[in-house]
Amino acid sequence: MTGGALVVGASQAGVQLAVSLRRAGYRGPVTLVGAENHPPYQRPPLSKAFLTGKADATTLHLRTPEFYREHGIDLVTGERVTHLEVDADGAGRARTAGGRTLPFDRLALATGARPRRLEVPGAHLDGVLHLRDLDSATRLRQRLTAGATLVVVGGGFIGLETAAVASALGAKVTVVEAAGRAMSRVVAPAVSAFFQEAHARRGVEVRLGAAVAEFLGGQGRITGVALADGTVLPAETVVVGIGVVPRTDLATDLDLACDGGVLVDACGRTSRPSIVAAGDCVAAPHPTRPGQRIRLESVPAAIAQARAAGATLAGQPQPNQEVPWFWSDQFDLKLQMAGLTDGYDRHVLRGDPGDERFSVLYYRSGSFVAIHSVNAPADYVAGRAALARGASIPPEPAADPTRSLRSLITPTAAVPAAQ
Amino acid sequence: MPRVTFLGPSGVARAVEARTGDSLMAVAVRNGIPGIVGECGGNASCATCHVYVDDAFQSRVGPPNDVEEDLLDLGVSDRRESSRLACQIALTEELDGLVVHTADERL
Ligand SMILES: Cc1cc2nc3c(=O)[nH]c(=O)nc-3n(C[C@H](O)[C@H](O)[C@H](O)COP(=O)(O)OP(=O)(O)OC[C@H]3O[C@@H](n4cnc5c(N)ncnc54)[C@H](O)[C@@H]3O)c2cc1C
Repeated sequence: MTGGALVVGASQAGVQLAVSLRRAGYRGPVTLVGAENHPPYQRPPLSKAFLTGKADATTLHLRTPEFYREHGIDLVTGERVTHLEVDADGAGRARTAGGRTLPFDRLALATGARPRRLEVPGAHLDGVLHLRDLDSATRLRQRLTAGATLVVVGGGFIGLETAAVASALGAKVTVVEAAGRAMSRVVAPAVSAFFQEAHARRGVEVRLGAAVAEFLGGQGRITGVALADGTVLPAETVVVGIGVVPRTDLATDLDLACDGGVLVDACGRTSRPSIVAAGDCVAAPHPTRPGQRIRLESVPAAIAQARAAGATLAGQPQPNQEVPWFWSDQFDLKLQMAGLTDGYDRHVLRGDPGDERFSVLYYRSGSFVAIHSVNAPADYVAGRAALARGASIPPEPAADPTRSLRSLITPTAAVPAAQ
Repeated sequence: MPRVTFLGPSGVARAVEARTGDSLMAVAVRNGIPGIVGECGGNASCATCHVYVDDAFQSRVGPPNDVEEDLLDLGVSDRRESSRLACQIALTEELDGLVVHTADERL
């Protein structure tokens, strides 16, 4: 017991893992090592309050320096782990780019994800940004002045949130989305349509089915975006928000099974069970579809997985049973989501999107699986409570916005299937 | 600089300094107060920052707002009259000396 526990990656998942190790009674040394030069911080505000200038960097910190000290968590920032060696007994050592060696007798990976790059000519021009960390958000914030022209590539959550902030700050914003609708991986067409129109009403131009052919520049700087159909959009700044790629390099080097993320079980154990992993870097068991795995990219998932993985690493395996949930703020529109919509075969609309206040409930094979609410937090809360209890909300009465959703929660999971 | 005291279920007290305007949740999370997680960063989406406001301060802190009502009703295990979500309480000089009780935290 000399090396203690090493957690690689010091963000939402890494911090929670270290905390949960302690809460589960682990008494050995805990080292939390992160590549960034900042103490661990929250990312969601990077495309929201921080980007608008309402929050400064210190308000983003996840814990105070005293907290790490008091809990015996040795926080090492600015050190990227480049190599891991693990012996047969699970102990080993990490080497960092800065030349340090960190010994351990148990290991956790919380390496997160990196932004996906768009491989087109001009991708390396000055002014083409990816929004993932505090440094990139700080650079972007400096560029979002009134009258600036911004092209956002990707109509997902981060792209649309960025567009909303920039537009509210007075920038001229165009969103370019390759798919036929925004946020298409996650939300129903009605929700996409609503957000596309809401953005347009607030002055953001949203171009759907538009592929970027090339970033155009002069003297090394971005000047415009050429689309596949020949259109050229002028741009002083481009934000590429086309998703993230899990950081699995260290796991792959250790021969851990990876498939769209480091494969873990519900307790956070990798294919080499003494090593745990959590957060954006993992593909975990799907909460409602046995045998399937899913990679979730959210703070609640990172925390829930890390809680389980931390307890497991402390010798008290504990499965993660949290219903996935997520939120997105765009202008004055608060989208709150609970459950997972993948594979849904029926949905009902509750309320009128024209009022900018409505919900969509999703069903799969007759089971209530998810809810998305726009400016309707009571619906979201009721939906989430039903999902957490394994209860249902029958679709027909749910469509009537005069009935409270919480009064409709029924303890059975089954409702009639779609015809 | 308002001071806040958090009393844990086993009676352990932690007094911390806050900045005026901070939410009670933000202060608790930065100081690692057990039982207050604040997963959604203060977005009134999660109910992981549930506290019980000490009797002496209830009138000054006031009752929960509508969204908070729903979250408390459905999202916390032991809701009481004094329940609030810490993210919905903004700290002011008037609340200097505030005492809140925290619930048990999951591992
Ligand atoms: C702009 C933006 C807005 C978002 N908004 C929301 C939102 O509204 N709601 C929500 O739930 N989620 C949101 N997310 C997603 C959320 O932030 C992520 O799901 C979460 O941060 C995942 O946490 P993680 O710890 O797994 O990974 P990450 O946050 O990616 O952290 C991984 C850390 O590990 C470090 N690291 C990686 N490899 C190494 C190595 N070899 N050595 C040392 N350190 C290493 C990285 O530098 C990084 O700091 C948002 C993300 C972004 C970027």
